[in-house]
Amino acid sequence: MRSTTAPATITPPAAEASAPAISLRGVAKHFGETVAVRNLDLDIARGELFSMLGPSGSGKTTVLRMIAGFEQPTAGRILLDGAEVTRKAPFDREVNTVFQDYALFPHMSVADNVGYGLAVRKVARDELRRQVTEALARVHLDHLADRLPSQLSGGQRQRVALARALVLRPRVLLLDEPLGALDRKLREQMQIELKAIQREVGITFVLVTHDQDEALTLSDRVAVFHEGGIEQVGTPTEVYERPATTFVAGFLGAANIIEPELADELFGRRELLSIRPERLRLSAAAPTDSAPTVTGVVTEVVYSGPATTYVVELRGGTTVMATRPAGDDSASHRRGDAVHLTWSPSDLYAIPGSPTRTT
Amino acid sequence: MLDTRPTDTAHPPEATRPAGNRLATLLHAHPRLRLYGLLSLPLAWMVGVYLVSLALLLVTAFWTTDPFTSKVIPGFTLRNFENILTTPAYLRTAARTVGVALLVTLLCAALALPLGVFMAKVASPRWRNFLAMAITLPLWAGYLVKVFAMRISLGDSGPVNWLLAPYGLSGPGYGLPAVVLTLTYLWFPFMALPVYTALRQIPPNLFDAAADLGAGTWRTLRTVVLPLLMPAMIAGSLFTFSLSLGDFIAAQFVGAKVQMLGTLINQNVNLNPPLAAALSVVPILAVGLYLFAIRRTGALKEL
Repeated sequence: MRSTTAPATITPPAAEASAPAISLRGVAKHFGETVAVRNLDLDIARGELFSMLGPSGSGKTTVLRMIAGFEQPTAGRILLDGAEVTRKAPFDREVNTVFQDYALFPHMSVADNVGYGLAVRKVARDELRRQVTEALARVHLDHLADRLPSQLSGGQRQRVALARALVLRPRVLLLDEPLGALDRKLREQMQIELKAIQREVGITFVLVTHDQDEALTLSDRVAVFHEGGIEQVGTPTEVYERPATTFVAGFLGAANIIEPELADELFGRRELLSIRPERLRLSAAAPTDSAPTVTGVVTEVVYSGPATTYVVELRGGTTVMATRPAGDDSASHRRGDAVHLTWSPSDLYAIPGSPTRTT
Repeated sequence: MLDTRPTDTAHPPEATRPAGNRLATLLHAHPRLRLYGLLSLPLAWMVGVYLVSLALLLVTAFWTTDPFTSKVIPGFTLRNFENILTTPAYLRTAARTVGVALLVTLLCAALALPLGVFMAKVASPRWRNFLAMAITLPLWAGYLVKVFAMRISLGDSGPVNWLLAPYGLSGPGYGLPAVVLTLTYLWFPFMALPVYTALRQIPPNLFDAAADLGAGTWRTLRTVVLPLLMPAMIAGSLFTFSLSLGDFIAAQFVGAKVQMLGTLINQNVNLNPPLAAALSVVPILAVGLYLFAIRRTGALKEL
């Protein structure tokens, strides 16, 4: 009783060469009363390493599951290389997924796991074995082909999941929190490896993560999700240096957000301003040049190895954070010290997307 | 209780410790004692009651009966076994019984799989609870009550015939099919519950992963679900198979003239106990062979 539902070969859709790898048009997803994703438009270019970043419950995983075909959008269209796939089943889409907890088949060996998709496509046995070996070699696991998933470490399982999806040469590879279950050191190592693999195979990677470091390190572009919508799409530099909204500024690393009233008072600009803690400098004496400055009192000193963060209370009770790298000579203040904060005007960034609050 | 007070009370003299503590210390120091303590009671039950009576039964199989007084005469003879192996009626009954047990097992598995998939993966929690209760409900009723219910249902003027009559059909009536139906109904929970439990334990994303890699429903069922359900199905089949082998009441109530090993043993228990004992070796052997066959497939290792 051979399955007839899975096609032996998937015929490429009639796509124009210029179409993006993935297009979402007005995509929304409701679970009963809850709106998980609201009216989303997004284009992901071919060969891009694209991250969907956001806190849990922001809708990023739902979007990924809709691209994979596990969820049907309530409204809108999903296009893959310009061809509509909105209503297609997961097994009819040239998209593969690396699942958050890997979802390896526990009763199959590593080689059988990696070969599963090829076997479904009825690839001849020798060819199948050759491709499996090649895929396992790419993730440096060729020596563990006969093991069961339960005999592997977390990092090794992650590689098997990656090999199992990559061996099918999908148009798009979806990765759901791929490094979330790994410890820090392994995660950093895998980030580099993942990027190298992506460059090597040239497949579009779409990655879901709640880890801003991961998104900034890995991605060509990042979409920042918040409450079912996208707050900003851009390169890591763009979203970090020029956040479009307060949420983006706050979610991507620490940011000092200065309300318009206070900004008016301190800097003479009635705008919602943000400045990264690492852009603020501290000194005990007032700066000699004409650089802008604000005075305050250090209320907390947080040492974290490569850097020290000072919490400084300004006039009127507002606190800001200033992070100084280790070895910076201006960085030896103690709690209760009066300090002068200085910055270059170009580091002060007005957040455009946020409404200016009325006083 | 843990003593957290400072040093003066940190080492209380040996004598002031309560007796329970001393027992715990003793057990802690002697792992073997712990083992014996845990196992002695169940082992005594197992060996004393179960294995000894089984051994007695096997011994009886080699005895004879006085044909006139039906008095059991101890001794050693293979005549009872010879009798079974040379009487076609006995052989046919043995084959029929094993066949019925296998069929009941297959039917239970075939019914449990879709029901389990529906309950574990499709049904809302309310439906799921309702169905779980519906499966277990028959277990609360007495065995005789259930057999009687089947007898009434399948009777000439019973509800099955009454429901089928408008379509020009009639139920199976009493006989072999009725025995299979009744046994399937009786032992179904023993298959359905482990299968359902095992299905619930399969992580949902394995289904997603199979679909993602291109497998359709049937292929996923065959290559992912069934292999993962094997241990549960084997556990369930051990119940359905061995319980069916030993049953005689269902055959008596709905089987009309159908003879099963159980009915034969039951008939001979008083008339010819050694023959009854020899006959009861047959289902024991059948279960033994069944276990051996399963072992050969390597499925027991995952149990």
